[in-house]
Amino acid sequence: MRYLYYPGCSAEATGKAYDISTRAMMAKLDVELAELDDWNCCGATSYFSVRELESFAIAARNLAIAQQMGEDELCVICNACYTTLAKTNRYMADDPEVFKAVQGALGAVGRTYDGKVKVRHVMDILVNDIGLEAVAEKVTRRLTGIKVAPYYGCQFSRPMGTFDDPEFPTTMDRFFATLGADVIDYPSKVKCCGGMMMLTKAEGALHMCHELLKTAQDGGADVIVAACPLCEMNLEAYQPKVNKMYGTNFNIPVMYFTQLAGLALGVEPNKLAIDKQVVSCDRVIAAIPA
Amino acid sequence: MTELATTAQAKELHARFYHDVMSMPGGEKIRICQQCGTCTGSCPTSYLMDYGPREVIAAFRAGMIDRVVKSNTIWLCTSCYYCTVRCPAGIKITDLMYELKRLAIKYDLLPEDSKNPALTKYFVNSVHKHGRNHEVELMGKFMLTKDPGLAFKFAGLGMKLFMAGRLPPLAKNIKGRDELTKMAAYLEAEEAKAQ
Repeated sequence: MRYLYYPGCSAEATGKAYDISTRAMMAKLDVELAELDDWNCCGATSYFSVRELESFAIAARNLAIAQQMGEDELCVICNACYTTLAKTNRYMADDPEVFKAVQGALGAVGRTYDGKVKVRHVMDILVNDIGLEAVAEKVTRRLTGIKVAPYYGCQFSRPMGTFDDPEFPTTMDRFFATLGADVIDYPSKVKCCGGMMMLTKAEGALHMCHELLKTAQDGGADVIVAACPLCEMNLEAYQPKVNKMYGTNFNIPVMYFTQLAGLALGVEPNKLAIDKQVVSCDRVIAAIPA
Repeated sequence: MTELATTAQAKELHARFYHDVMSMPGGEKIRICQQCGTCTGSCPTSYLMDYGPREVIAAFRAGMIDRVVKSNTIWLCTSCYYCTVRCPAGIKITDLMYELKRLAIKYDLLPEDSKNPALTKYFVNSVHKHGRNHEVELMGKFMLTKDPGLAFKFAGLGMKLFMAGRLPPLAKNIKGRDELTKMAAYLEAEEAKAQ
């Protein structure tokens, strides 16, 4: 199998480990990822706040390049990139005015896009294309006894709910159950981490992270796994600030879901950039039965 | 509904908001809001807002959207989309918040204590410059201009992230970065023609 791949801006900085571990995990599953040529920022939520059509146009430039490369699908790892790119497709399909404006903007730089490149979250590909049975066959180190709290975040399945339920997604739960983990149930798995608010109104974002960390810990989590660079960063790196604000003592390992899955599939820890985590994951790695 | 707004600016904002919302796909659903409050009840930040999402629609109907545009409400929306997926009337409330953010920026009606508009502008500037968002430049510029205290608070964490290779100092420029500014210029020119 082969997919065209869009890493996203965070994958070159704070979320570098997500990109590295995705590539390593997919290689173990015999999936080749070919990076999209000269991709640009998806625009995230910031562009929508300035000019709507411009946000669709810059997102569509990526999809136009995918089309030009002769591909009909694009694999995305970041929740925010996923929703922004998929939303662009949806609005282009639903609104002829948006379609026309985006076509005009792309035409001004010699590009064209007909709206047909499917945007796929890597989790969607794992569960629905590769399939859990095929994943199970490749597991070499089952995560037996590891209590995993899957954290989906918001833009994994909201607003569109394309491959999973917007309110109660289960793909990540099923994926980690397949890897042999003891998947815990906790009430905050789709609640917001605060996102960019960590920079603009920290106490609000810390409040949200506190609830997430507390409910995961109360559920007995050994590790939280995330599917978005911003979620991962907020939940992991801000634990000391949450502790300071709430008098708590959180020191919970948070990993990209692809890092923990990579371990289960037999990728060496040093190929999964686990040393980039700021809360040590050593005890999680040590607890995986050999 | 325009006659409900009193001052000239309130009238203009009301008309602009009404026009823009009605031109969104499904935008007309704002008319069938029954004020049930599911949006506000689902919003993780409504407890910090001057007006919750339900009140935003109530304010629009009362000709008071200008008050909402100037409030902290819109800058506390994190785009979690809970309101949008739960609204029984199918109103895309998150998109209404984006529309309000755009109006606030366009008319320069930004609350004094809000740092979010600056972060938004810096993000867009970074993308226009490099084609991608350079996180280090974005965070650095934001902290130095809007919240120097935060730079100090962030120093320890920043160092940890830097040592882990998660804060690369140099930006990567894409080849086609001029395409983004050209597309923006095209859309601005089209908008000017339409008005």
